[in-house]
Amino acid sequence: MTDKKFDGTSSYVATDDLKLAVNAAVTLERPILIKGEPGTGKTQLALEVASALGRPLFEWHIKSTTKAQQGLYDYDAVARLRDSQLGDDRVHDIANYIVRGKIWDAFASDDQPVLLIDEIDKADIEFPNDLLQELDRMEFFVYETKQLVKARNRPIVIITSNNEKELPDAFLRRCFFHYIKFPDRETMGRIIDVHYPGLKKTLLKEALEAFYKVRDVPGLKKKPSTSELLDWIKLLVAEDIPPEALRAGDSRKAIPPLYGALLKNEQDVHLFEQLVFLDRRSSTQ
Amino acid sequence: MLTGFFFMLREGGMKPSVTELLTLLEALKKGVADYSVDDFYYLSRACLVKDESKFDQFDRIFAAHFQGIEDAIKTLSEELPDDWLRKQAELLLSNEERAQIEAMGGFEELMKALQKRLDEQEERHQGGNKWIGTAGTSPFGAYGYNPEGVRIGQQGSRHRRAVKVWDRREYRNLDGSVELGTRNIKIALRKLRKFARTGAADQLDLEATIDKTARNAGLLDIRMVPERHNAIKVLLCLDIGGSMDDHVRVCEELFSATRTEFKHLEHFYFHNFVYESLWKDNRRRHAERIPTSEITHKYGPDYKLIFVGDATMSPYEIVYAGGSVEHWNEEPGAVWIKRLLSAYPKAVWLNPEPRKRWDYTPSVKLTRELMDDRMFPLTLSGLDDGIKALQ
Repeated sequence: MTDKKFDGTSSYVATDDLKLAVNAAVTLERPILIKGEPGTGKTQLALEVASALGRPLFEWHIKSTTKAQQGLYDYDAVARLRDSQLGDDRVHDIANYIVRGKIWDAFASDDQPVLLIDEIDKADIEFPNDLLQELDRMEFFVYETKQLVKARNRPIVIITSNNEKELPDAFLRRCFFHYIKFPDRETMGRIIDVHYPGLKKTLLKEALEAFYKVRDVPGLKKKPSTSELLDWIKLLVAEDIPPEALRAGDSRKAIPPLYGALLKNEQDVHLFEQLVFLDRRSSTQ
Repeated sequence: MLTGFFFMLREGGMKPSVTELLTLLEALKKGVADYSVDDFYYLSRACLVKDESKFDQFDRIFAAHFQGIEDAIKTLSEELPDDWLRKQAELLLSNEERAQIEAMGGFEELMKALQKRLDEQEERHQGGNKWIGTAGTSPFGAYGYNPEGVRIGQQGSRHRRAVKVWDRREYRNLDGSVELGTRNIKIALRKLRKFARTGAADQLDLEATIDKTARNAGLLDIRMVPERHNAIKVLLCLDIGGSMDDHVRVCEELFSATRTEFKHLEHFYFHNFVYESLWKDNRRRHAERIPTSEITHKYGPDYKLIFVGDATMSPYEIVYAGGSVEHWNEEPGAVWIKRLLSAYPKAVWLNPEPRKRWDYTPSVKLTRELMDDRMFPLTLSGLDDGIKALQ
């Protein structure tokens, strides 16, 4: 067992509660479930934990058609059938046609690995239940070869969810849970500093000001998130927009430049323009 | 001490399990939380709460249970709160302002008063001179003008005293206060699933392939089949407005659960009872109406019809022409529902009103007779029975 602690990395700002939750999961070797608004760095967390602790990373991205079995192994019956037609000798050993899944890969790893199960809520509603035993005991049985696969080192399992489906209680009880809150201004300042070191202080201040103002607009369908803010700042830097242009005090330029990076929804853009228009009218009167 | 906390959580309506408590104890034993109150709060939250909408509830119970813990720590190490105080003062206040606060009884007094007000205050507040909120002149809140003002929701997390993390109840707006039941509803709806293979043949049919290959004297003959889909088709008619306002939440839950569970789902709205037209968008209920006869022509008899409504109205609205509260209907609602029921033999009526109240309302009795007694309460067991009736 290692006593290494996750403490954020040079490219990822972790809050105290996130660090504690991750360290608890690492110490107790239990899965951790991460929820939060889209774009708050849920998936990124697994990459950062792996790089911070120097562990191999296995990523398993879930789609609506993913079955729990696919994470363990697949039996490639078609290949075996084909080989039997061609008279290949491989055909006599069924083990040749067992294709390992991501969980098996992680279980077989020599170092303690990090296993990311990304967007678990995308899968069928029964999917998490099918993985209970595997994640609890970190072992599973291969029926074709009568072989018990046991994790050599219990992986650090990081599971992300966008809350599209509710997860079963039995599954939740086995995990640690962390909800990534939308960062406050100070944390956001640190996040930007990590991504764009040496950004002009004035530009950063004005950009954050404008960003939180946009987020506060009531009735937005999709509030801009951290990743969108980072994209936007990248654009601002690339276009060399002066900080003054962001100042909303100038009512004629109240719509922040390049706002397409922040608002991704036509209705939101429309709503925002309307509000700005109203605001402008009331300020000229 | 922790068992007390555990049972307090359970009494408070949260459902931590014994395994979760054991996990927490194990983590404490392994020194994850390092004996600081702040870390303990985070750790117990990560172990015991698995839903961010319950964070607020947890914060309240945590605060109630561990009240006094902070004071105990204070007596153990005097410098801790001093240090924190100084940081706060540096952060927010000028020297003169600090002097003013001393004159008013010191920082601790202010914090106590703040706690008291947080307890009293119910909602977010703007303006005014007492409540905590924004743009006011109260000593507490943001963007205020009071020199001894304490900023809420603006100070940096590093300077926050542990107890404040839960006392400030940041997760308040996430609290749904009632448990969402969509998962349960979905599980109930699954019984309606009927799988059929439609679309392009893109999956290997292993059994047929083996069978054909064997019949083919060992020459490979691959068979493909289309993927299985849930082939059930549902028409959902929802009563909206008026007496249904009390049941909006449970209807929304049902609606969102059905939406994701069925590929073929059409929904329509009606008010009190079905007449010659229904509508799909409630905001344009007067402009965009769809004739009921068009619906019966468009959607075949293999659709299953689900009404959701409290069926609570004047009986005239069902049996008389012109009985509708909203418009002049040429034919009574009873005629229209009979037409719908003959077009869709598989139909049920889900009623959010409790079953024991049905007998007191004549219109419910009438509707039940029209539906051939296929009316079920909008509860999980009622949904189960309803689905059985649909199969």
